[in-house]
Amino acid sequence: MAKRYRSAGEITFDVFNYVVLGIIGIAAILPFLFVVAGSFATEAEITKRAVFLIPTTISLDAYRFIFSTDTIVRSIGVSLYVTVIGTAVNLFFTVTMAYPMAKRYLMGRNLILNLVIFTMLFGGGMIPTYLVIRELHLLDTLNALILPGAISAFNLIIVKNFFQELPAEMEEAARIDGCTELGLLWRIVLPLSKPVLATFTLFYAVGHWNNFFSALLYINDPSKWPLQVMLRQIVMLSQSAAGDLSSMDPNFVQPPEQSIKMAVIVVGTLPIMCVYPFLQKHFAKGVMLGSVKG
Amino acid sequence: MKQGAAMGAAEISAGTSFRRSRREQRFRRLKRDKWLYILLSPGLLYFLLFKYVPMWGVLLAFKDYQPFLGFWKSGWVGLEHFRTFFQNPDFFMLLRNTLVLSLYNLVFFFPAPIILALLLNEIRLSFYKRTIQTLIYVPHFISMVIVASISYVFLTTQGGAVNEFLFAATGRKIDFLASPDWFRPMIILQTIWKECGWGTIIFLAALAGVDVEQYEAAVVDGASRWRQTWHITLPAIRSTIVILLILRMGTILDNGFEQIYLMMNALNREVAEVFDTYVYALGITQGAFSYSTAVGLFKSVIGVVLVLGTNWLAKKSGESGLY
Repeated sequence: MAKRYRSAGEITFDVFNYVVLGIIGIAAILPFLFVVAGSFATEAEITKRAVFLIPTTISLDAYRFIFSTDTIVRSIGVSLYVTVIGTAVNLFFTVTMAYPMAKRYLMGRNLILNLVIFTMLFGGGMIPTYLVIRELHLLDTLNALILPGAISAFNLIIVKNFFQELPAEMEEAARIDGCTELGLLWRIVLPLSKPVLATFTLFYAVGHWNNFFSALLYINDPSKWPLQVMLRQIVMLSQSAAGDLSSMDPNFVQPPEQSIKMAVIVVGTLPIMCVYPFLQKHFAKGVMLGSVKG
Repeated sequence: MKQGAAMGAAEISAGTSFRRSRREQRFRRLKRDKWLYILLSPGLLYFLLFKYVPMWGVLLAFKDYQPFLGFWKSGWVGLEHFRTFFQNPDFFMLLRNTLVLSLYNLVFFFPAPIILALLLNEIRLSFYKRTIQTLIYVPHFISMVIVASISYVFLTTQGGAVNEFLFAATGRKIDFLASPDWFRPMIILQTIWKECGWGTIIFLAALAGVDVEQYEAAVVDGASRWRQTWHITLPAIRSTIVILLILRMGTILDNGFEQIYLMMNALNREVAEVFDTYVYALGITQGAFSYSTAVGLFKSVIGVVLVLGTNWLAKKSGESGLY
């Protein structure tokens, strides 16, 4: 574009806009940075200053404490298990259902599509769903954190739309070469859908790691609590994280409670922060695919 | 599509045995696509079991559920649970809290991503724009428990950073977490922090679709940046705004169970308790299944009516709407 005259007002606006957005950008992650800093703090640091970004002395006591407790370590294990298995279940159910639904010639396709869309509009609600889970004897099992959310209707429709847009010629060619329906899905469709599948793998995985509601509803047994529930117990209900301090090293200095809380928050967020760079590359595109109607 | 045409011809040539032929056709199609149906079955089973069986379960709202009798043998009581609920003073508290929170959300949160997207759209430096976007999307991926935990850690009167600052500055502390006055602002601030950046995605996409020539023409006509925003940019994203507004209307009665449940306590309950937390408290923790199903059903039905109603209004006013 050719250079044009910019009024003083426009320049003022630009400067203002860049500064304001810069502040908003920093504000988005600042609370988390404070928590990370606080998690490395010592008792002295905490009493001296309430909030800081760079601790004068870095102490790993809070993390050492967390990883020496059975309860937190076990809950991390539960969360990891549910995230890995749950995401695999999500992908299997979503892909196998989306693929047939992408075939316009499939008999009953519209009925199924309407059945799915209706669930986005109306649901049985908390109690009837709870009773179904109970009848299936899933209460207090980790399957209760996996199966009831096996498919997100919204994601299903996006994946279906994506499959639908794939060039039909490739499928026809493969079919002429004697490729079976399953072979088609496995060898042609899935490899072509890698970006979309990557997006949903990460979305589903993040959903499982962050899940609190299902565990609150369906899991009473503290030994099966995922990390998010444990987090609430420790930070909000201020319950002691360990229980068995006696078994620990006598030279061990218990870190300040505030640091422990912050360290648990960090641990609860860390996996998200690790996958975020990969996530970020894909999701804008993935979300956009959803706006295609059909 | 050739298949469709061939089938049509087959149907016509069948003449009198039209019906039988159709049935045969169907059977042949079922057989041809058997693998597709096999693939479809796990997903279908999921929807029936975890979505449609619970829908059937809302009949509990009209029954007097007795655990030892089970779903089928418990007696019918008609609308009694609804009557009890509407006569209960809790009903007005829940309705008020729910609506006020939704209103706050609509007024303070809903425009925020639009404004943020408009500001971002004015940034010409693409590196700067992408950096800001990367930063503001982060909170969306953080769990509500973490958001609530961070709020607790900062706002507590026992060494929380915000209160330490307040104390240093004014000599007083404010118990944000246990004060009814602070509950709503706290909830809205959390929502804005968590979802505002993420909410810009859809508007930025809509903005990216605006024809650049329109701006160039406007500049030639001497339109200021404000005029361009008002006459080109905003009309361009109007339909996106309307669609999101319709979707929001549907969720006006669910204010996000997790967030409110996590931030609620005995001291702020009078402004915090909403339909969802009430259903949880009565149904899951106290076992009043039928009554709380009725409360949940009331909420769902109003939600559906609101979506359909807003959609109808949107169509009436010339927007494309959702359906």
